[in-house]
Amino acid sequence: MKLLSAFRSSYLNRRGTTFRSLDPSSFDGGFIPKPSPSSIFWLAIHCLCCLISLILGFRFSHLVLFFLFSTSVTNLYTTTAGVSQLLKLKPLEKANVTAKSSRVVVGRHGIRIRPWPHPNPIEVMRAHQLLERVQKEQKSLYGVRSPRAVIAVTPTYVRTFQALHLTGVMHSLMLVPYDVVWIVVEAGGKTNETASFVGKSRLKTVHVGFDQKMPNTWEDRRRVESKMRIQGLRIVREEKLDGIVVFADDSNMHSMELFDEIQNVRWFGALSVGILAHSGNADELSSVLKMNQEGKPIQGPSCDSSGKLVGWHVFNTQPYATKTAVYVDDKAAVMPSKMEWSGFVLNSRLLWKEPVDDRPTWVKDVDNLLDGNEEIEDGPLSMVKDPSMVETLGSCGRNVLLWWLRVEARADSKFPPGWIIKSPLEITVPSKRTPWPDSSSKLPVVTKEAKYNQPATEKRSGKAKRIKEQEQ
Amino acid sequence: MKLRSWVLIFIACNLLTFSTISAFRLSRSQPTERISGHAGDVLDDNPVGRLKVFVYELPSKYNKKILQKDPRCLTHMFAAEIYMQRFLLSSPVRTLNPEEADWFYVPVYTTCDLTPNGLPLPFKSPRMMRSAIQLIASNWPYWNRTEGADHFFVVPHDFGACFHYQEEKAIGRGILPLLQRATLVQTFGQRNHVCLKQGSITVPPYAPPQKMQSHLIPGKTPRSIFVYFRGLFYDVGNDPEGGYYARGARAAVWENFKDNPLFDISTEHPTTYYEDMQRAIFCLCPLGWAPWSPRLVEAVIFGCIPVIIADDIVLPFADAIPWEDIGVFVDEKDVPYLDTILTSIPPEVILRKQRLLANPSMKQAMLFPQPAQPGDAFHQVLNGLARKLPHDRSVYLRPGEKLLNWTAGPVADLKPW
Repeated sequence: MKLLSAFRSSYLNRRGTTFRSLDPSSFDGGFIPKPSPSSIFWLAIHCLCCLISLILGFRFSHLVLFFLFSTSVTNLYTTTAGVSQLLKLKPLEKANVTAKSSRVVVGRHGIRIRPWPHPNPIEVMRAHQLLERVQKEQKSLYGVRSPRAVIAVTPTYVRTFQALHLTGVMHSLMLVPYDVVWIVVEAGGKTNETASFVGKSRLKTVHVGFDQKMPNTWEDRRRVESKMRIQGLRIVREEKLDGIVVFADDSNMHSMELFDEIQNVRWFGALSVGILAHSGNADELSSVLKMNQEGKPIQGPSCDSSGKLVGWHVFNTQPYATKTAVYVDDKAAVMPSKMEWSGFVLNSRLLWKEPVDDRPTWVKDVDNLLDGNEEIEDGPLSMVKDPSMVETLGSCGRNVLLWWLRVEARADSKFPPGWIIKSPLEITVPSKRTPWPDSSSKLPVVTKEAKYNQPATEKRSGKAKRIKEQEQ
Repeated sequence: MKLRSWVLIFIACNLLTFSTISAFRLSRSQPTERISGHAGDVLDDNPVGRLKVFVYELPSKYNKKILQKDPRCLTHMFAAEIYMQRFLLSSPVRTLNPEEADWFYVPVYTTCDLTPNGLPLPFKSPRMMRSAIQLIASNWPYWNRTEGADHFFVVPHDFGACFHYQEEKAIGRGILPLLQRATLVQTFGQRNHVCLKQGSITVPPYAPPQKMQSHLIPGKTPRSIFVYFRGLFYDVGNDPEGGYYARGARAAVWENFKDNPLFDISTEHPTTYYEDMQRAIFCLCPLGWAPWSPRLVEAVIFGCIPVIIADDIVLPFADAIPWEDIGVFVDEKDVPYLDTILTSIPPEVILRKQRLLANPSMKQAMLFPQPAQPGDAFHQVLNGLARKLPHDRSVYLRPGEKLLNWTAGPVADLKPW
């Protein structure tokens, strides 16, 4: 009996189900409660399980036996709570007399799991609304006080890579949290291709055509693009658009922080553009990079230690001197001009015909330029009388907020209009199993190779001959 | 006239003691009772001039030598006791004349006995404390004058002056008998618990201020995480089945919300822990083996609303900081419905809590900076001590009167240290 009571006391100590906070003296003395039928039953089960696990060698908790006898299909852990509450009941009855009984009990507790422990979609929606509200509050605390509209001027023309470039610009502009007006100037007249992108963007857009076709050399292109941008500025003047003019070239990549940063401009601002002078020839590129260790591929303003604009950092084109591309589809690297238009932003009020009150004197009067009487040669800096007064953005050009890239396909590359093919693609790579063996219709065999972008034949192409087909 | 003034003083003393008692009961339901106006009024009180503290000169074996043996004590979460002594030694409230002192401070580092892993072992702490008290009782008359009622000790360990890390054993031991009358400054606080004495001052655990300052991110980074928590859910080493650790609350959080996209909870310890807290709206602060944790401090510093899951917990400086207005309290039994609770909080309430958290005096009150700055946790402790002044008449014992039992407690504690 003594052994049994000692065993009981150690058992209960380990399980920790006695309500100890009342009686510190009993702790030292050894707790000997009255044996009761249910506790003897549990003891017997425990002994049985210990013997079984000794024999079988795995942990065989008496809870498993409990499950065998229980009929309710509740959660694993809630039954633990049930068991522990069962065991706790006995001492609790004796414990009622305390003065300060805490509702917090020391010892093993059940792990509460609700019947369906998965996210509730309505609550997830509510949480997202809360997140939005908090972020809105944050923006109003830390962000821009009175945001101005962003006017993006994009010169473009129809070519294979236009879809790639315009989609990027379109997505960037669609994400801008401010009002956007997208002015798209298209060389060679308005086309449906460009109009489809412009229409998809769901932004306020102005799509105009420009009479010239885009020439084939990079040098001439720059000139035409400048003219197209001036055309865009003319539209700003005519419509009296109010906001910040950004030159969003269609092959550039803009970061979202760019649009937040340009809200700080007052009249005429300059920011840093990362120059990605990509060349198709990998060997040349690596040798160029070895030579070009000091210069950074950035074009932008440069300040002294006090933050004043003292000069411009221009992309070092020296290493590429003999290997730059002249024609659009040359394999060599494409060089940027000295000062890219995309690195400058201006307040649209500078372009208005009516004189604005606090128009700065260091900006030239652009009316002449916009009326077509002047030609602009080396970038937008020629619009200012005093370049040292230009405002710097992005912590004086230290943050690069957009990247300049010029990559185009070969001159003779064609692409399906609207990137929709009228008939299924011809199978150019013969495969053992096309057409699929279980297809029911009889498919005629193609006897002649077809060019992939010529008007498609009406009949569906079948199993190609096992001649090596020449791919286009 | 003289009688009336004595009666008035007596009534005022009683009111003061009653209000400090009721502070603990009221702090859960009506915290604004103690704050006049917005949070921070009481926090900005300057204790200098309101009290005088005398610091006992104990032999260095009680403090400096222990620290020299293990300098890790300076950075773990119990480091408050060390910094408290350093602060008091150079503070203007310190007085070298014990006759004019209102409070007496005993600098003994009881939690500086660390395992190789960095966890403090409290087994020698009762003997150390007892030996220190014997020393001051025999060398100075001030202990025997009040039997310690105007002395205060910093006991930042898991269960305060119960000196054990296991809750059952700590409850079994109870508060060290010699400290029955002293004021305890501790991190542990749970209502109706043996190890929280009436009149104790709860302080936050030590969190390194420099480290947290160096991980600040710009305020305009949008808060995109709804609920954030990093820590253990099951303490596999000590409680493999679960149910003991955190009273099953942490395990319940994991089981209910492990696949919920709103809850960013995991046991991994990322290097961007502090940055992630600043990107979260709610930070869970559930109990562990003890109800308090440094997560509360981190949440307040980083502006993340603390979700406190610990029944009956007493939070630091509960009589000065309106925790109900700042944090969200969730009962342990309501943990499975945590997502419902948190998503049904109206946005205005959330924004108000964030504004309260942004109050710099709140953040300052949670820190132990070196050197001390106005409004920090040291000053809040002194404010708390000052609020308990003047001492009740009954604190001073008649000569020869003895209230403490010097031989109570387990036999092992009576051995000299």
